[in-house]
Amino acid sequence: MNPAATPPLTALKQKHLLGIADLTPAEIVLILDTAEAMKEVGQRTIKKVPTLRGRTVINLFFEPSTRTRTSFEIAEKRLSADTLNVAIASSSVVKGETLVDTAMNLEAMAPSMIVLRHASSGACHLLSRICQAAIVNAGDGMHEHPTQALLDAFTIRERKKKLAGLKVAIVGDLLHSRVLRSNVLLLTKLGAEVWVCAPATLIPPGLTQMGVTVTTRVDEAVEGADVIMMLRIQLERMQGAYFPSQREYFRTFGMTEARVARAKPDVIIMHPGPINRGVEIASEVADGTQSVILDQVANGVAVRMAVLYLLAGEPQINTAAD
Amino acid sequence: MKRLLKGGRVVDPVNGRDGIFDVLIDGDRIAQVGTNLSTDGAEVINIPSGQVVCPGLIDMHVHLREPGQEHKETVATGVASAVAGGFTAVACMPNTRPVNDNAGVTRLILQKAAEASLARVYPIGAVSRGQKGEELADIAELKEAGCVAVTDDGLPIATALLARRALEYTSMFNMPVIEHCEDQTLKGDGVAHEGPVAASLGLRGIPGVAEAITAGRDILLAEMTGGHIHIAHMSAWTTIEAVRQGKSRGVKVTCEVCPHHFTLTDDLLAAPVAYDTNTKMNPPLREARDRDAMIAGIVDGTVDVISTDHAPHHYDEKNVEFDRAPFGIVGLETAVSITLDKLVHTGLITLTRMVELMSVNPARILNVPGGSLAVGEPADITVLALELPVTVDKTRLVSKSKNTPYHGWSFKGGVAATIVGGRTVYENPHAGHR
Repeated sequence: MNPAATPPLTALKQKHLLGIADLTPAEIVLILDTAEAMKEVGQRTIKKVPTLRGRTVINLFFEPSTRTRTSFEIAEKRLSADTLNVAIASSSVVKGETLVDTAMNLEAMAPSMIVLRHASSGACHLLSRICQAAIVNAGDGMHEHPTQALLDAFTIRERKKKLAGLKVAIVGDLLHSRVLRSNVLLLTKLGAEVWVCAPATLIPPGLTQMGVTVTTRVDEAVEGADVIMMLRIQLERMQGAYFPSQREYFRTFGMTEARVARAKPDVIIMHPGPINRGVEIASEVADGTQSVILDQVANGVAVRMAVLYLLAGEPQINTAAD
Repeated sequence: MKRLLKGGRVVDPVNGRDGIFDVLIDGDRIAQVGTNLSTDGAEVINIPSGQVVCPGLIDMHVHLREPGQEHKETVATGVASAVAGGFTAVACMPNTRPVNDNAGVTRLILQKAAEASLARVYPIGAVSRGQKGEELADIAELKEAGCVAVTDDGLPIATALLARRALEYTSMFNMPVIEHCEDQTLKGDGVAHEGPVAASLGLRGIPGVAEAITAGRDILLAEMTGGHIHIAHMSAWTTIEAVRQGKSRGVKVTCEVCPHHFTLTDDLLAAPVAYDTNTKMNPPLREARDRDAMIAGIVDGTVDVISTDHAPHHYDEKNVEFDRAPFGIVGLETAVSITLDKLVHTGLITLTRMVELMSVNPARILNVPGGSLAVGEPADITVLALELPVTVDKTRLVSKSKNTPYHGWSFKGGVAATIVGGRTVYENPHAGHR
């Protein structure tokens, strides 16, 4: 071992995980490396380690979520945390308690961590200023969804053994997507070549300043790509006449086998889910051999275990088969 | 009773004065302005060097929240905030609850102002009944009750047709139509300036042209009708460009800019405190290009008025998610310090120009007394302390609400005293008179 080398990072500098924006490349790599050990736990017969024993984790979800909430809950249980789910319909919040009051009440019961999903961008920042508990962003409005980007990166790295230099094409609703923002931040930090593609009506300003190539031509985006990442068309948000019809969207931007054929032969197809078959992605592509969509879901548990473990600040990982 | 403001630097653009003069007040009027005036029978107030005596400042865009939202501000707390900020008069917006669209509400506001007896209050009436944008309010009645202008502020006048009618109708009464320019379809549910900052924070955007489009519409209508349009709280470079073009064609268009729009940009939404709801106002903080265009317009004379858009909101209302927080910040108590520090001390504008922007022009646009220290004018006087170090502490604001983005900021220059109708209604203990 070279004594002059920088010692490997063993902890995160931040108390919270509010977004990829706050993470250094080394911290991202630390989370991904830790997730590899966590993935091994998930392959054991007894899928449980005592790492977070005695810690309380609250999953506070103000938006409906199946995948993310379940994934966090399984991750917490595999780490032996005491976990509970608080699901609050956004509509009842309008009449009732404010987010700050809800958080302060939960805080009074001294949880170690709060995993927050909320429709308002910046909701996690607000909580981080009033809570002692570590805040984990499980998706805030159109802002960030950091654990999704981390599990995406983990899945890419697992398949491609690297991230730097890969061409990643992200196609779909760029404007409203928190998955896009987190992925762009993460992938550019780790040196991937990121292309993003959407109808001109769904491209937010300032994307090029984030170090990505923006195009409205999907063939150009996927040409020679190592990774194609589809974003969901949020049908419930499409009242603003962003494009004429789902049919036209699929014709122009939908990921078909013909379009996938322009990418590298070993391209992988990703989607954060839930997918709209026949809108942004053809079923043949979603279910095809190049699809890693379900690997993403599987890896989500390991990555979230890694995040929770690292934020808990445990001195030692007790996951190896020692 | 006579009072003599002795030996101060008097800046009084209307009467061509910028020099050391004495100002004699008799009762509620200016009695004499000159050098070495007799002190006989007068209470003498010695103005220290570095202080400036000018016509009372007038803020033509404030929200006093009464009636209906007294938890944010009342007429009494609002005018107390005004005089602490050096304003001898304020014009208050009609988006109260109920809306000031009838003489009853106007009279209530004036009565509360008389009871408070601090700054003068000039109510502004609604353009449309209930600010619903459907039919004109009873504007003649509002005028008679004391309204000095009309606006649907908070919203633009809903249609081009109604804006046209308002401009035609008000031209009979010599009162301006004040417009909150913002195309509502482009605004949508936006909460921040549409640009890279909002995009990275995941906040829905309001593009700058949403403002310029409505301003352009109204300037054309003012040109057609001969009415007077006043463009409120400009924030976008495209708006000021539209006003500049309108003025060059001789259109009766005037305009105002708020201190936050000539000092801050949307970068403040991201740092130092991400999603700070005290950086949320409407129109939103925009980009450097917009901010710089506001300064350029102030310098080149396109901008007529600096107003505050004082918009008090209760702490609870701001202590929420960014997109759920109401738009607006308080501004009465910071405007003078910001203007002195950022515009006058930097050499961008003269004190004379500052007095035009904050006193002479608002009086002229609203057709109200003030803006001059001529003999016989009301003795409404602001005394500025040019070198006074001021650090904004939101907990010490006089306003009922504390929603300022300037908490902790330090400025050079502030208010020494505020005199309304010959009576000292505010004296800054840090600026030592007598």
